[in-house]
Amino acid sequence: MPYVVERTPLTFAERTYLPQILGGLKTTWKHLFSPKVTLEYPEERPTIPPGYRGVPTLVKDPNGREKCVSCQLCEFVCPPKAIRITPGAIPADAPTANVEKAPQAFDIDMLRCIYCGLCQEVCPEEAIFLQNQYSLSGYSRGDLVNHKDRLYELGGTLPDLHFKWDKKRAAEQAGRAQH
Amino acid sequence: MATEHTYPDTAAKTAAAALPDEFHPERMSLSMGPSHPATHGVLRIQLELEGEVVRKADPVVGYLHRGDEKIAENMTYNQFVPYTDRLDYLAPLANNVAYTLAVERLAHLEVPPRCQAIRVIVSEMARISSHLMGLGAYGIDVGALSVFMYTFLEREKLYTLFEELTGARFTTNYTRIGGVARDVPEGWTERVSAFCDQFLPILDESLALLTRNRIFQDRTVNIGVVSQAEAIAYGLTGPNLRGSGVPLDLRKDRPYSGYEQYDFDVPVGSKGDCFDRYMCRAEEMKQSVRIIKQAVAKFPPGEWYATEAKKIFPPPKDKILTSMEELIQNFMLVTEGPQLPPGEVYFEAENPKGVLGFYIVSKGGGVPWRLKIRSPSFCNLSILPKVCVGAMVADVVSILGSLDFVMGECDR
Ligand code: SF4
Ligand code: SF4
Repeated sequence: MPYVVERTPLTFAERTYLPQILGGLKTTWKHLFSPKVTLEYPEERPTIPPGYRGVPTLVKDPNGREKCVSCQLCEFVCPPKAIRITPGAIPADAPTANVEKAPQAFDIDMLRCIYCGLCQEVCPEEAIFLQNQYSLSGYSRGDLVNHKDRLYELGGTLPDLHFKWDKKRAAEQAGRAQH
Repeated sequence: MATEHTYPDTAAKTAAAALPDEFHPERMSLSMGPSHPATHGVLRIQLELEGEVVRKADPVVGYLHRGDEKIAENMTYNQFVPYTDRLDYLAPLANNVAYTLAVERLAHLEVPPRCQAIRVIVSEMARISSHLMGLGAYGIDVGALSVFMYTFLEREKLYTLFEELTGARFTTNYTRIGGVARDVPEGWTERVSAFCDQFLPILDESLALLTRNRIFQDRTVNIGVVSQAEAIAYGLTGPNLRGSGVPLDLRKDRPYSGYEQYDFDVPVGSKGDCFDRYMCRAEEMKQSVRIIKQAVAKFPPGEWYATEAKKIFPPPKDKILTSMEELIQNFMLVTEGPQLPPGEVYFEAENPKGVLGFYIVSKGGGVPWRLKIRSPSFCNLSILPKVCVGAMVADVVSILGSLDFVMGECDR
């Protein structure tokens, strides 16, 4: 139901400003002695909740394998086109040869990135994650383009629930190749 | 009406009229904005003044134009969600919800009750945070600095909750066609209701600094009066329309996302001046708290996205990692976008600033052929040339603050 908002004229006392001044002072004094709500920022840092969308990074699985297979889905979905990937082949004699592809170059331009998290959302390998870092600085535009090495350094290793490629290799070796 | 400011008494008025020409002031042209702290963003108002009195006010908009509508034509429906964050950037979640609802209406898609409840909760939280910002900034505009500090602290608490839910404080990018980006985290709804409980006394304390304050009332009562007829004629919406006494609220009149289940009232003004608009916003926050509490109390279990819509919402992540079929489905959905039927749809939602509408023309597939945004701030600003005439320059600041617009949305 619609209702009309209150609108009563000021009383004589209110017209003298006094009740408001006193009321305002009361509020101020109350807040003066209540615990402070600010952070001394660079020294004190805010706590970051799980699932925070900070700087996008690339991660490795616990065996040190780079998880990205350069499918370029993240490059496609990125709304501001911040990601640039050059796919490369994994040499046939490498232990992870069955993965076949890995990025040769992987650049994320942090001057373009809007931290939307779509890359993480679409990645079919859980290889790209937006982690906790939120404050960036650099002396040039180039400093703020994260190359592959830097992305892996920022990303580190995350637990893996599936070990999809290891399972596939084991299956292939057992002669039960699933295609 | 206008001349009363310049000539408070008739004797002075006649005396002034009798003066020779050189004593009549020339009109002065004054640009207020685009980088003026009281214009809340990059609005420029070209004023023509006679002394202190405004004779003509011409809003100049477009300084923040980014071509969002054109951008939308070049990406899939889901990729456009982050761009809706940047319309009314004081209530990104409400924009996300309005946009997704529009696309879902085109797809004739119903989302499960839990998803609807999540959307209602986040929209109302966005409304509170937007109004808190609006009230705080309005206080500053008319000279009450401390209110801003208190409302900003409350807004900060809301932003912490948004951060836990969406992963970002400001640019939330939370909804997806057919659902939301992720389910609510453990204990989040309890924290929301805890926020609501402590919020009302603090809101009352902040409002007490303004509502019965004589200085504030002198700056707002009978300033910038918009009559009912004018408000309708100029297409005002939201608190600005309700401040003029028109009880239009789409959440009541054309309920969407399950708003019909919740009990709430619509505050309206009686006079249509700056004070009424301020009061409407203040009351709306209390109503929003009511809605959030009800939604949290009967927060439905179940799915948080439309599981049946296989051509619209991507499969769960562990399926993508383990099964070939879901992997291919994920690739199709990302590269081609959610598959929608051809057709046209216009959907509007009650956003904090007013009615935000999306008009989408689809030729089928995952990309809109044309997307038009009806932004409330743009329409609300159209009243400026009418309402500013006859006001003093200082009143223009008060009027602008009471209209509570956002240029990101106005210029899109
Ligand atoms: S990060 Fe993921 S989405 Fe991007 S190329 Fe690598 S595997 Fe594909
Ligand atoms: S977070 Fe968004 S903008 Fe940044 S790289 Fe990922 S997809 Fe692109």
